[in-house]
Amino acid sequence: MSGILLAVIGILIFILGYRYYSKFIAEKIFQIDPNYVTPAHRYKDGVDFVPTNKFVLWGHHFSSVAGAAPIVGPAIAVYWGWVPALLWVLLGTVFAAGVHDFGTLVLSVRHKGQSVGTLANKLVGQRAKILFLFIILILVLMVNAVFAWVVTNLFISYPASVLPVFIQIPLAIWIGNAVYKRNKKMLLPSILALAVMYVTAMIASKVSFLQIDLVQYMGGEGATGIFGLGAVSSAFFIWIIILMIYVYIASTLPVWKLLQPRDFINSHQLVLGLALLYLGMVFLNPSVTAPATNPDADISWFPLLFITIACGAISGFHGLVSSGTSSKQLNNETEARFVGYFGAVGEGVLALIAIIAVITFFSSSEEFLATYSSFTDANQMGLGIFVEGAAQLFSGLAIPTDIATTIVSIIVVSFAATSLDTSVRLMRYIIGELGIEYHVPSLSKPHVATSIAVISSAALVLLPEGPKGFGSGGYLLWPLFGTANQLLAGISLLLIAIWLKRLGRNYAVVLIPMIFVMFMTLYAMFQQVVFEWSWIGDDSNTLLFVLGAIIFVFAVWIVLTAFSALSGKIDNPIDKG
Amino acid sequence: MLDKIKKLIELYEEILSMPHRQEVARELRDEDDIFLLLIYSEMLGIPNPAYYYTLELYPYIIEKFHDWHLRMGMEKSPISGIRCC
Repeated sequence: MSGILLAVIGILIFILGYRYYSKFIAEKIFQIDPNYVTPAHRYKDGVDFVPTNKFVLWGHHFSSVAGAAPIVGPAIAVYWGWVPALLWVLLGTVFAAGVHDFGTLVLSVRHKGQSVGTLANKLVGQRAKILFLFIILILVLMVNAVFAWVVTNLFISYPASVLPVFIQIPLAIWIGNAVYKRNKKMLLPSILALAVMYVTAMIASKVSFLQIDLVQYMGGEGATGIFGLGAVSSAFFIWIIILMIYVYIASTLPVWKLLQPRDFINSHQLVLGLALLYLGMVFLNPSVTAPATNPDADISWFPLLFITIACGAISGFHGLVSSGTSSKQLNNETEARFVGYFGAVGEGVLALIAIIAVITFFSSSEEFLATYSSFTDANQMGLGIFVEGAAQLFSGLAIPTDIATTIVSIIVVSFAATSLDTSVRLMRYIIGELGIEYHVPSLSKPHVATSIAVISSAALVLLPEGPKGFGSGGYLLWPLFGTANQLLAGISLLLIAIWLKRLGRNYAVVLIPMIFVMFMTLYAMFQQVVFEWSWIGDDSNTLLFVLGAIIFVFAVWIVLTAFSALSGKIDNPIDKG
Repeated sequence: MLDKIKKLIELYEEILSMPHRQEVARELRDEDDIFLLLIYSEMLGIPNPAYYYTLELYPYIIEKFHDWHLRMGMEKSPISGIRCC
């Protein structure tokens, strides 16, 4: 089967979903009112509340939600064959992610542009807000650990990507200063910065001394590195420490100084990367070589698939963006459908090409099955296969494979690093907020909160031991990341359902994905915690057991809260809008 | 055609610079807030040697006063001389 055909089918389903399903939801369920005065107009202040053109807002929304996660999840999940992964991405985007992103946006617009956390307090009660904060805390902790592992892993596997990624930092600081102090435009300097990065990537791919390969510096894979550890373990350790020092500095600096100019450069990479991948696919016309299903899988796809692909099918993080920034800038309520639902479609398109890149990479299905021989292998190698597969698609545009591999790894590292410093910053705010809630004011001090965030994230990523030794087991945390993300989405869907119920509307379109997501998350977590990670499990691991058990308890708690709230036992006043 | 490309580039730039514009506006507003605090300090009970001169700025900043005290966490005007709400 042709990869192009899969892409066409996928995009067609997304278009139909947007054209018909989102229209039905907008008109019949949310009853969008074109005359409703949005928070952007009502509280217009030129900073947070600014009426914004819908294309501009969609672009910003999409670039905020798209990152490395919709690439990593599908690259692992194709282990069960491409059909389950593709179906979950397509149906999840149309029936779950689209409804969730659109719903959280409308919910927030109808409640003065407040965030989902504040709305949890308002619609369900104080307990829900605290629960919400803890879930976000776990989520951002997982994001920090998983993406630190992603960056480190790519730095070790593709040493040519190190220099271009580090060159981006001074360039971003220079751009940030130019814009803030001298009011310069950002477009041209950021394109120049990207060009410098890619030229460096090209040179580094060809000139070996520009490749920062810590493992080789220590004498190769079999050699002993620092503290008596193996060379790979030592390289993991050193990169994690460097990365954590970097995120500490990046997340305590003002955002305009480093974070945002870097985001700006990375947004070019998102557009360029997507365009090159789809164009490369059109010119290369690759065939799908991976099997449709994998009957010999060592672990069942049900229900694990639904937490392996979180972003790209449904992601709670989107609700934070929808209700945190986009809702405050929506010009007209009718545009919520385009910004929210189509934003989810954008992420679906990214997940779709990630699947195609992996399933067309191998020369035969035997080769695919030999590489994806177990779920552990899939977790460990999925990302690397995506990099190689994407580089193969780039070759359709006559880009040499070694340069393409470096550029793709730079793109993934950039996405992961941006998610990393944003989430460390977010974690700092949450620790501060919990400190205020529980009367520990010292926790709200930026350096105290950031230190806790950075040390706990570093400890978490270094603890699980992988086959390559100390620190290389970061991928073991991926199911926990997916679970935390799905739980957050479940809470947001619950809030939308409560709101719709109190307005006397049909809330089934929200309730069904919510029950689905919650059921799959609970089932998968129970299976993992009891039969895999506990002392009676096949793969006993205390760290994962404790973390999984905490998330499981939170999930049960949310389900109970959901039943109380939906059955009307908790009755908080709402804005009818 | 050239006009359309130009418009597309402008749209693209606006998309990418949106969060940056917001942050720059926030930083500038924070600086303004401190400036307003200095100007109103005498009325709030904090001695300000330049009070007499800052009075000259009064007509320019009075419109911003209501939003400022709301941002500073005061629901009602803290200064008896200014009754904005």
